[in-house]
Amino acid sequence: MTDLGMPRLPAPGYPADVRARLETEAREIIGRYPQSRSALLPLLHLVQSEEGYVSPTGIEFCAEVLGLTTADVTGVATFYTMYRRENGGDFHVGVCTNTLCAVMGGDEIFATLKEHLGVGNKGTTPDGSITLEHIECNAACDYAPVVMVNWEFFDNVTPASAKDLVDELRAGKQVTPTRGAPLCTFRETARILAGFPDPRPGAVDHGGAGGTPSLVGLRIAHGRNPDGPADPTEKGA
Amino acid sequence: MIPVSDETGASETADTTGPGILTPVLSATWDDQRPWRLDTYLRHDGYEGLRKALAKHQDEVIQTVKDAGLRGRGGAGFPTGMKWGFIPQGDGNPHYLVVNADESEPGTCKDIPLMYANPHVLIEGVIIAAYAIRSNHAFIYLRGEVVPVLRRLQAAVQEAYDAGYLGKDILGSGFDLELTVHAGAGAYICGEETALLDSLEGRRGQPRLRPPFPAVAGLYASPTCVNNVESIASVPAIMRGGVEWFRSMGSEKSPGFTLYSLSGHVKRPGQYEAPLGVTLRQLLDLAGGVREGHRLKFWTPGGSSTPLLTEEHLDVPLDYENVGAAGSMLGTKALQIFDDTVCVVRAVLRWTEFYAHESCGKCTPCREGTYWLQQIMERLEKGDGTEEDLETLLDVADNINGKSFCALGDGAASPIFSSLKYFRDEYVAHLAHRGCPFDPAASTVWASNLAGAQA
Repeated sequence: MTDLGMPRLPAPGYPADVRARLETEAREIIGRYPQSRSALLPLLHLVQSEEGYVSPTGIEFCAEVLGLTTADVTGVATFYTMYRRENGGDFHVGVCTNTLCAVMGGDEIFATLKEHLGVGNKGTTPDGSITLEHIECNAACDYAPVVMVNWEFFDNVTPASAKDLVDELRAGKQVTPTRGAPLCTFRETARILAGFPDPRPGAVDHGGAGGTPSLVGLRIAHGRNPDGPADPTEKGA
Repeated sequence: MIPVSDETGASETADTTGPGILTPVLSATWDDQRPWRLDTYLRHDGYEGLRKALAKHQDEVIQTVKDAGLRGRGGAGFPTGMKWGFIPQGDGNPHYLVVNADESEPGTCKDIPLMYANPHVLIEGVIIAAYAIRSNHAFIYLRGEVVPVLRRLQAAVQEAYDAGYLGKDILGSGFDLELTVHAGAGAYICGEETALLDSLEGRRGQPRLRPPFPAVAGLYASPTCVNNVESIASVPAIMRGGVEWFRSMGSEKSPGFTLYSLSGHVKRPGQYEAPLGVTLRQLLDLAGGVREGHRLKFWTPGGSSTPLLTEEHLDVPLDYENVGAAGSMLGTKALQIFDDTVCVVRAVLRWTEFYAHESCGKCTPCREGTYWLQQIMERLEKGDGTEEDLETLLDVADNINGKSFCALGDGAASPIFSSLKYFRDEYVAHLAHRGCPFDPAASTVWASNLAGAQA
């Protein structure tokens, strides 16, 4: 039979302790909404945080807690690109190849990483560390070319800096994005997306208010050097 | 809260050129320390607009926003106050306010830096808007692919609850509001307001038939107002500064300040906050111009769904009326600048691939049409096309434009029509050369760095 990449049912259930924990969290998520079905997207993020992808087990869990059919849940899960249908790397490396980033160098970055990592689009390295994908516009065009790792911003990337980035990730080093908190794993990221705040102290405050492109107009308006000084002590500097 | 030209004592000529044309309001605090924190926001009169609004009758708040003439910053430019006024009152149903924070239009990059640097200005706007339309539950639908922004929103909402700006009896007014931050999961179509509502209800994000409009039957079939981030974030300043102050910027029909996002082949890309009606020439002047040694070839005024413009449009005032009169749309004010190294066929092919990928599949013209546009564009870009393909391309685009279920289809047709209008010769050159006559390496950032290093 052709494998369409669709979840295969029926699925085994979660171990009892996992199920009990997820049920508690699911109830909390459902409580945020006037109608329970609205909790489906965050619940899919939640099950993704458990197994690293939306597994048949995760789909059945979502269906049970919301009183939906697994067909309903599968229909939703397969519509959205952030839900993985199979397990992938701890780090999702997304290279923007929409027009502006592509032209500014995104195409070259993506080609470089495919060759460097030896994988194609949506491919995962054999060590399970990185899944490479080309992504669409991520609303950071003034920082082009842009690479997202676990949906954190790496701005003004070059082919060389992209190679360094994935090498550090594969070496298990702690990597910090241009804007945002030090990277956590794909599963930990999915948990934040499910609506459970990042538990790490200082995570919210990490990364400043934005890089030079975010501040350039303001600096010019105030008659200051458009290219600096560095944030966040700007006013005091 | 006064225009910057007064504050800096800039000369009168600064009204048309130079830093004096900029009016940072939304971005005013971004260079302060930790501007995303409540204490910083409060130092800059944060939540003062809310106090002013809560002291007024709800209808008076709506009237103020109507009088200010604030128009939706998400692309369509619909008057925000009028949208609020459409919410029926005394109907016995719950009302909902939904902020569209799904910023995904290619080129658009204003709401993400805004929410990252100052989420509280959005939250304050949400509370004022919800109060005005009598909503007790609001949602911020944030695209999922921006985790650092999600962190800041989650933290800011918690700060606002802890300080009594959200929850029960806000600031002793008797008004209650719950605010839920909801992360999407990757789908451009969810920026379309009715698709967003379906997505927020836990379904595939596909647009709904209108009427009924969301103001009548939106989220959970209840009256719902869907507003863009920048629109809502502009409301606190209007409450503080007043209608007259807001109208002192921009034009009669397009009043106020807004974020223009410059990207691409420009020396200093980034966010430039100015009154509606500045020109690209003025903005480029501040941004250091187009990449050295090159000329502007084409640009988008408001994302990839707005028809391309060229050098001849440098002096078009960037407001809703004038960009429309020039044959395009102001859209999201996402000014993507492409210089003479860029192949327009390659650029349009990539956007076409995007629309084909993001088409939700609900309606035939868009689902099938974007697929065929991509096939034809691929042929043309590779030099395998024919003269006849150009006519077929126009014909297919014409069968999508205005005939699709939602505006995604129109967006897909825009770059096709406009590129053929201004650059038909370049398409023909691909046929003649049996391939692309451009070197993609020449367009990259490092090509210019290299040139600079050698100079």
